[in-house]
Parts: sequence; structure tokens; C-alpha cells
Amino acid sequence: MTSKPRGRRGFLKKSAALAGLALGPSAAAAAQTPESHSGGADAHSNDPKELAKELIAYGERSHFVKSARVPVAERMSPDMFGLTFHVLTPLQDSVGIITPSSLHYVATHRGSFVPDIDPAEHRLLLHGMVDRPLIFTMDELKRLPSVSRIHFIECLGNRAQARHKTVQETHGLTSCAEWTGVALSLLLKEAGVQKSASWIVAEGAEEIKGSSSIPLGKAMDDCMVAYGMNGEAIRPQQGFPLRLIVPGFEGIHQIKYLRRIKVVDRYYMTYDDYGHIQPDARAAALTNQIGPKSVITFPSGGQRLMGPGFYQITGLAWSGAGAVRKVDISTDGGQTWHQAEHQSPVYRIAHTRFGLNWKWDGKECVIMSRCTYDLGTVQPTRAESAKYWNKPLDSSFRVPGNDNTVQPWRIAADGSVHNGLA
Amino acid sequence: MAWRSVARFALISMIVAVGAALSAQSPTFGVGCAPTADEVRAWDISIRPDGEELPAGHGTAREGAPIYIQKGCAGCHGRTGSGANAPTLIKSDGTTKSTVPCLAPCVNDNNVMALHAPYATVMWDYINRGMPLGKEGSLKPDEVYALTAYLLFKNGVIREDDVMDAQSLPKVVMPNRQGFALPAQAWKHGTPRLQSYP
Repeated sequence: MTSKPRGRRGFLKKSAALAGLALGPSAAAAAQTPESHSGGADAHSNDPKELAKELIAYGERSHFVKSARVPVAERMSPDMFGLTFHVLTPLQDSVGIITPSSLHYVATHRGSFVPDIDPAEHRLLLHGMVDRPLIFTMDELKRLPSVSRIHFIECLGNRAQARHKTVQETHGLTSCAEWTGVALSLLLKEAGVQKSASWIVAEGAEEIKGSSSIPLGKAMDDCMVAYGMNGEAIRPQQGFPLRLIVPGFEGIHQIKYLRRIKVVDRYYMTYDDYGHIQPDARAAALTNQIGPKSVITFPSGGQRLMGPGFYQITGLAWSGAGAVRKVDISTDGGQTWHQAEHQSPVYRIAHTRFGLNWKWDGKECVIMSRCTYDLGTVQPTRAESAKYWNKPLDSSFRVPGNDNTVQPWRIAADGSVHNGLA
Repeated sequence: MAWRSVARFALISMIVAVGAALSAQSPTFGVGCAPTADEVRAWDISIRPDGEELPAGHGTAREGAPIYIQKGCAGCHGRTGSGANAPTLIKSDGTTKSTVPCLAPCVNDNNVMALHAPYATVMWDYINRGMPLGKEGSLKPDEVYALTAYLLFKNGVIREDDVMDAQSLPKVVMPNRQGFALPAQAWKHGTPRLQSYP
């Protein structure tokens, strides 16, 4: 099983190109030429064969579109010193509910590189407390009945802080994609789970072999072993060739490069489990499953309104336990709330796009959204969470478990938008 | 007599067959192969808190000290186990401080694994699967036992000559043994995370 870093050479090439920028405009232009196929008309070759290649090639977005992921500034990899292992999706630019695979947030268990795995060599082993341990090739998994479902994945570290400027920084560790694969329950039934089993331990094939304990009830409910993402093979950044999807559970459970599932009768306290232990059973309950949560993506921190007039406020809502039932928006700092429209259909455990038509009067205001999901629970404010935990509501208050509290954005009279937590 | 034993054999076979059918539903698809016992042994690196899967082997802190240098641990974690670039392994005496921020899931100055992990098996498992950097999975069981013993000893959890093996390691009383909780209720489809939480 290979799990070597991929694209190191490509990275070096790009670094060289970037270094070229410092040499002056001509050197920079020279360094960029081989890769800038998507430039304007003047950048094109006049050779029709070359032009046709671009029409046929794996599609790139317009070079006018610059939306990009950024690393989490404060979350350094424990082994690639000074490098990140969590990368934020640009929610401020998102439209609809699907995150493009190229912009899906990325997190690893440790490393700052993407493993390069040959799918022909990859295997999934299913063993432990089962009657028939099984080993599957990728081709065998693809022979089985497939399911496709739209689900968000959110990292437990998706936690807004006062120092964050943009919605990418406050909420960029959540993304939503269509995942295609085999129901884990099908594989488990095929292997024959024994009566006394109660947990599974899932493990990846990367260098650290990241591993998590997952309740068997969840594994039999709606988990899937996914080889597809947004209509094509799952991307290497997202776990090619195989990823476990545990809908609504924190990101660390969605084991990438999935190579092994062991059926067991207890919580295993793997290293990754250990990294998330909570001293309080209530906080632990708020850790696994993502709570009802929403955030306004426009207007959001760092953006600017052009002046008074019409704007559609829009954003995303999601819940780890069901479907979003409604989203309310306040434009007066939470004093009054208006029900937003949401895009249909609403999928279970998926991002839901909402919008509210609004006329800005040009005065300073604070806007925020709150989500209610189909079990009735309402997304709390920081004040409500602090009250529950009997803690003072100041900058030291850290919401236990998954922070699903309401995110305020302050719009200044000049139209600039700022983090309301600051 | 012969006829009776044949009848008895047939009866037993029937009972076994019915019993097997009841206890194990047959596979629906028949896709995938049965792994060999050797394949499962080679792949199964999980270690549960009571040490069930721990392999044979043993080591002490005294044996672990030179391995900590030889295997390159000191190169990243520092000779003293703190104040270097990699996560802190040995509680700092206060004079050294890491210059690199390191947040969960990892260990830092306030979160030394030997002091924070509820079970010693977590340390054994992590060293075994994830170290040394770039040569993950290359350590022999004796080396993993010795390194685990060294870190436990340097953090004051065990004595220098305590032998760590499949029996003794799970019995180590970790300082943070009582420091974690699981949710009170097992996960259930369609239930809120925590009743009464807003």
C-alpha cells in the first residue's frame, strides 16, 4: 500500500514559478507561459489543434474566477512543522449547496501532504466480530448496489473566533458534496455482524493510518463507503480511492483512504478519539454529532455593500441529525426575526441554501441567522450556550463540543462588513 | 448399532446446519474474498484499552532511552522531550518552550500524552502506527514497549525498571484515567445531540 506524498514535483515547479515573480515582469511572464492555457484570446495559440485541446481537456474554471482555499492560520500540523493540515473553503463565494470538489475543505489526521494511492492495489478489509471477514478490491466494491447522497462534512474545529475576519475563517471547515458508494450496512450484513458487537473502528491507509471509533448503530444506519464525489472519482485530497462517510458526525470520523473496518464491542480510544476526549458526558454528546447551525455568507466579513438599496441576504444552514426545517434572519442584532426562503429540495444532513430579500437603509446594523431543524432544536446564541453551561459570556467562553452558535455580522454605515464577535 | 450412529450423525448434522443458518445469515451478494488469518494479523494494528491485541515483546525505560536517540525521536521532539518543533513528549521543566503552535488533535506543552491519555495503550498504538516520521510502522514491538516505558517514566508515571509488556502496559494507572467521559446515551437515529441543550 503506497501512501507517498503526491505532486511534490509539481509543488516545486510552482514554487519556482512564484520565485520567478520576484525577478521582474518578463521573468514572471516566461515562467507562467507553459501553464496559462486558460488566458484571454491573446494568450491562445492560433493553432486550431491546440485550441481544440483546451475544449476537450479536463475542465478548468474561468481564469477570471479567483476563489481559493486558505490554510487555517493557527492550526499547524504536529509533524510537518509550521505547515497546515486544515484548509478552509471560501464560503463567501459559494452558490447553491454543493461545494466544488476543488474547493471542498481539507483536513488530515496529521500530514501536510496528499497520499498517492493506486486504486488497483487498494483493499478494504472488514473483520473483527463478524461471521465472515471479507476483503474487497475497488472493482468488487463497484459491483455492489450503489447509493448517492448529498451530505455536508464539518470539522469539529470549525469555531468562529473574534480575530477571524471572513466567513471563510469563521466557518470554512464545512463543505457539502454528493457522495456515491456502497451502504456500510450492506457490507456489514454481508460479513454478518455478531450479536455482542457495539462499535466499529475505521482506519485509513495514509502514513499515520488515522483511525476512529464509531457506534455500530450509526454504522448500520446511514454510513457509506464512498468512491465517488460530485459525479467522479473521489479526489485524492478527499480520500481517493475510498472514504467512509459518517453523515452528520464530525469530520474526523469520515476516514479517508479507508482500508480497514474492525467490528468490536467497545470504544477503542484510538489516537484520534483521544485527541477529542471531553471530561464531561454532556460536552462529549455535543462532540460527535454536529448541531443545527447556519451562517450568512453574503453579506459577510470582509465584503462591502455598494450603498443603500436591495440585497438578498443568503447563507447556508445544516444539521448533523436531520433536515433543516426553517431559518430565521435578524437584521437588528437579534431583536426581531424574519423567516428566510430556502432552496428546495432540502436534503437530510446537507447544506441548505437560504435567502431573504432585504433593503438596506444605509445605517449600521447587525445581521445574523438561526436555524431550526426537524427535531425542533434551535441553533443557540453564544449567550444561550454560556447560560446552559453556567459560564460568564465573555471572550474566554468556549462553546463545548461542536460550536454551532449564531454568527453575527456587523454592517458599518460605509457598507463594510465585520465579524460581530470582534 | 451402525444404523443408530448414522441416524445420530444425521440428526447432529441437521442441528448444526439449522443452528448455523440461524446464527449467521448467509451473504446476499457473495462479492469479496475471505482474507487469510495472516492477512488479518498483518493489517490489524488496532490496540484496545485493555491491551487485547498487544503483541509479545517487552521493554523498560532504561532500554528506551538510547532508542529515543537512535530512532531520531530526539531530533524532532528534543533531547529533553520538550521545547523542540515536534509536540512535547516529556513535561517541560518550564525553561523550554515550543516555538511552534500545536493544537488538538496532537500534544503540546499542556497536553503531554503520557499525562493526558487515559490509557497507556493509546501511546503504544500511536508510536507503533505513526512513528518515526517518514518510517511509520517500522519499529519492532520491543522498541515500542521500550519507548512507551521511557516516556511514561520521564513523566513520572512508572519506574525506570518497570517492564512494559502485553500484560503490564494496560495495567499502568494513567494520571488522566478518569479524565474523560462518553455521551450518557448511545447514539440513536433521529435524536438531538443532548436533550435540553438549546
